[in-house]
Amino acid sequence: MWLWFYQLASPPHAYRLLGLWRPWLLWPAIALMVIGVYGGLVMAPADYQQKDAFRIIYVHVPSASLSLMVYVMMAVAAAIGLIWRMKLAHAVAASCAPLGAWFTVLALVTGSIWGKPMWGTWWEWDPRLTSELILLFLYLGYMALRASFDDIQRADRASAILAIVGVVNVPIVKYSVEWWNSLHQGPSISVTSKSAIAGSMVWPLLVLLLAFVLYFGAILCNRVRGEILLRERNTAWLAESSLKS
Amino acid sequence: MNLSEFLHMGGYAPYVWSCYGLTAIVLVGMEWAGRRQLQLAQEKARRRAQMGAQMAVAENPS
Repeated sequence: MWLWFYQLASPPHAYRLLGLWRPWLLWPAIALMVIGVYGGLVMAPADYQQKDAFRIIYVHVPSASLSLMVYVMMAVAAAIGLIWRMKLAHAVAASCAPLGAWFTVLALVTGSIWGKPMWGTWWEWDPRLTSELILLFLYLGYMALRASFDDIQRADRASAILAIVGVVNVPIVKYSVEWWNSLHQGPSISVTSKSAIAGSMVWPLLVLLLAFVLYFGAILCNRVRGEILLRERNTAWLAESSLKS
Repeated sequence: MNLSEFLHMGGYAPYVWSCYGLTAIVLVGMEWAGRRQLQLAQEKARRRAQMGAQMAVAENPS
């Protein structure tokens, strides 16, 4: 049962597999994005309160969701790398950080642009907004810490601890709108109960969320492959395969 | 619904379109940066491998 796991974790295997997987993530992601954007901008009716400004949620919510999902993935990968000393896991964690940081920036900026006409302000020191900003600083801190080491192994270990400690911020972001009396609206979609928004409005959101996840996966494939090349630069398999290509 | 009405977004055009535009730029930029990083790493690995092969020949000319 563990054989596939060891094979997957071996750098040459992972390098090849990630290259094979990537198109299967990228093209469906792009197709779903086109469908989702068409659904969100054209087919969904305007909101009765927020009018057409509500269409911003179709890019805001997937970005914000990804900013959290990517952080959790980064922390889990960092923990696996730290506990089982698995190089590939560290490569995944390191690759997640810049992508997660960009999703966080998108969530903050699109939220801010939505906030101006809806709340009358670009920024408010609200629990949801503040904790999302802290998330951005965690990503940036993680990347800065990695960059401060010359030795990759030491960078992996030190940054892994930061990633794991920072994961406490994730539930704070997620539940801030329920724990505190926040200006930010509560969740509109839910896995466990009926969604608070109509079907014609919700399906583009779910399509775009899936599209963002697949798109992130496709980019992650490339970035992890790049990290593998960096970490394996002195190995025989890499020299052989590089000479062949 | 006609095109100008669609582009107008009920008066929220600057907000809606700037959000979609920024998101598109960042998503495309992430993909581009990922490709570039991998390409550079591949080129570097190729150069290293060629250098290694040349050195091996120089040490054992046979």
